[in-house]
Amino acid sequence: MTDHRTADVSLQRDVPKGAHLLEVKDLFVEFRTRDGVAKVINGVSYYLDQGEALAVLGESGSGKSVTAQAIMGILDIPPGHIASGEILFEGRDLLKMSEGERRGTRGRDIAMIFQDALSALNPVYKVGYQISETMRRRMDMSKDAAMKRAIELMDLVRIPAAKQRVNDYPHQFSGGMRQRVMIAMALAMNPKVLIADEPTTALDVTVQAQIMDLLADLRRDLNMGVILITHDLGVVADVADRIAVMYAGRIVEHADVHAIYKAPAHPYTKGLLESIPRLDTKGTELATIKGLPPNLMRIPDGCSFNPRCQYAQEICRTTVPPNKDLGGGRTSRCHFAEEVLNGDV
Amino acid sequence: MAMSDAPIRAEPIIRVDNLVKHFPITRGIVFQKQIGAVRAVDGVSFELQKGETLGVVGESGCGKSTLAKLLMNLEKPTSGKAFFEGRDMFAMSAGELRRLRRDIQMVMQDPYTSLNPRMTVGDIISEPFEIHTDVAPKGSREQRTRELLDYVGLNPEHINRYPHQFSGGQRQRIGIARALALKPKVIVCDEPVSALDVSIQAQVINLLEQLQNEFDLSYIFIAHDLSVVRHISDRVAVMYLGRIVEIGTEDEIYERPTHPYTQALLSAVPVPDPDARAARDVIRLEGDVPSPADPPSGCRFRTRCWKAQALCAEEDPPLVPREADPHPSACHFAELRHVVA
Repeated sequence: MTDHRTADVSLQRDVPKGAHLLEVKDLFVEFRTRDGVAKVINGVSYYLDQGEALAVLGESGSGKSVTAQAIMGILDIPPGHIASGEILFEGRDLLKMSEGERRGTRGRDIAMIFQDALSALNPVYKVGYQISETMRRRMDMSKDAAMKRAIELMDLVRIPAAKQRVNDYPHQFSGGMRQRVMIAMALAMNPKVLIADEPTTALDVTVQAQIMDLLADLRRDLNMGVILITHDLGVVADVADRIAVMYAGRIVEHADVHAIYKAPAHPYTKGLLESIPRLDTKGTELATIKGLPPNLMRIPDGCSFNPRCQYAQEICRTTVPPNKDLGGGRTSRCHFAEEVLNGDV
Repeated sequence: MAMSDAPIRAEPIIRVDNLVKHFPITRGIVFQKQIGAVRAVDGVSFELQKGETLGVVGESGCGKSTLAKLLMNLEKPTSGKAFFEGRDMFAMSAGELRRLRRDIQMVMQDPYTSLNPRMTVGDIISEPFEIHTDVAPKGSREQRTRELLDYVGLNPEHINRYPHQFSGGQRQRIGIARALALKPKVIVCDEPVSALDVSIQAQVINLLEQLQNEFDLSYIFIAHDLSVVRHISDRVAVMYLGRIVEIGTEDEIYERPTHPYTQALLSAVPVPDPDARAARDVIRLEGDVPSPADPPSGCRFRTRCWKAQALCAEEDPPLVPREADPHPSACHFAELRHVVA
């Protein structure tokens, strides 16, 4: 797959030793609206290495998609505003780049797929044209070569009869097939990072399973890093290596996927896991997290989860909890992280 | 479920008998002629007992929402019958129908579009009383509305607020309060929690269960989330392309499925347990659901089924008890396969 990379204008860069493939460092993003300032991202840090799948889990409004948009450089500015932080790709800060340099990374280094594939595709162009357009414009490929590669990509994402289907329009594809077309477009320039923002939320379960399998295979075969943004704890358990749980613009817990499901170290994660219906909850009342996620214009003092937390104490209402290191790459933003982890609360 | 041996079966509150709904596909503007039909619901039969929850699962296009509309009497069936407390729902006089509409109510999927943004919560919930005046006489309506808000866990003081002042979960509670206003016997819930966040879903599911106990309600619970359906349902019907392919108690469907589609559906559900990844029985279906305008001959699932043989293309398998397990399954080669880890 490296042959197309050599056609790249950008040359081999010096990657600092020990740098992660992608690293978000202490990112703050706010939206300045007429009604006030919404603090959407409040110090998010995470990293991704080659060939790895990181799940970013959160409910609506937790900031999981905004972080991804900031990485891609597709945040609406204004009203969005990156207040501070760094986004390092192979050690270079994307936020310090010129718009021209930044455009060079988009699609080539980092690509993204979205939830709603139908609205992400242009209804008046054939899918073959839409997939090959990127390669013609960005990789200086000829029309024929780009179309040939588009067919290869459609084969790669397992669209049956790719040779015929390049000439179809988006509406002629089913939901699952459209998402495959999106994935093919994202892979056109062999990105090293693929961000998948709720890629299967709009799909049926049997189709969701097909797409998730495809993403897992592509990750392995192309050695890509994948950031999977989702609200579905089941999907995460199926595909991710690590998981970052977001709440009100912060990562409240970060851990290996096996560890987190076995024993969560943050009350929010614990609450989420307990609120899913399981076999043994049949006939009983489901555990719930009381209340609602906070209004981002009025995030509570102290721990932002404290009004909903069953373990909240005085300190939680006054002091923002530090990001506690629990060892083994595991962190939790809870004053009582150890107690929650060991079940002593 | 313990009453399996009991010979006396009460008259079901709803009995559906071979219900069919085809939507015509027409061509031409002046001289319209029908060139085909979308077979949205194509021969569905089941019973709903009093106080029971029947879960209906299936993928998009399987006809579950059309079934809901038929049960609500919002669509007339192409053929087939449905009985509410023994009376034919589609052969009722206007007066009877009005009474029926009181007894069967609905909760919709999208709490954002199913509430009128220009009406206050109080007006939304009490509007049914305008038509069914005897349920709550004029003077008592506000009191009754406050009671309803209280039942669904909302603050009765918020009676004069507008829908946009509420979150998604709260709006779904408003929808539930509206459904309860006329003291119905059956509530058809069409994907009532799928638009909600995980932490809010559980709150609404608990509410629905509480209300069922309190008011002795029967539910038809339509959803695509199999774990939610399992949690809330007594019995489950699995639909595929307008037909029920398997129906049984929650335990029969999830622990002893015999239809390959049910097995594939269960296998596709992501399990929130990473340690179960390796242990799971993975069945991956090829392709997508065929168009209901042109369903395959014989068994409708055969085009995606790994067991399909010549017989499946020729003969439509009936939904009958099978040797593999005594609950009804519409597969010629029904056999047990335990899928859920």
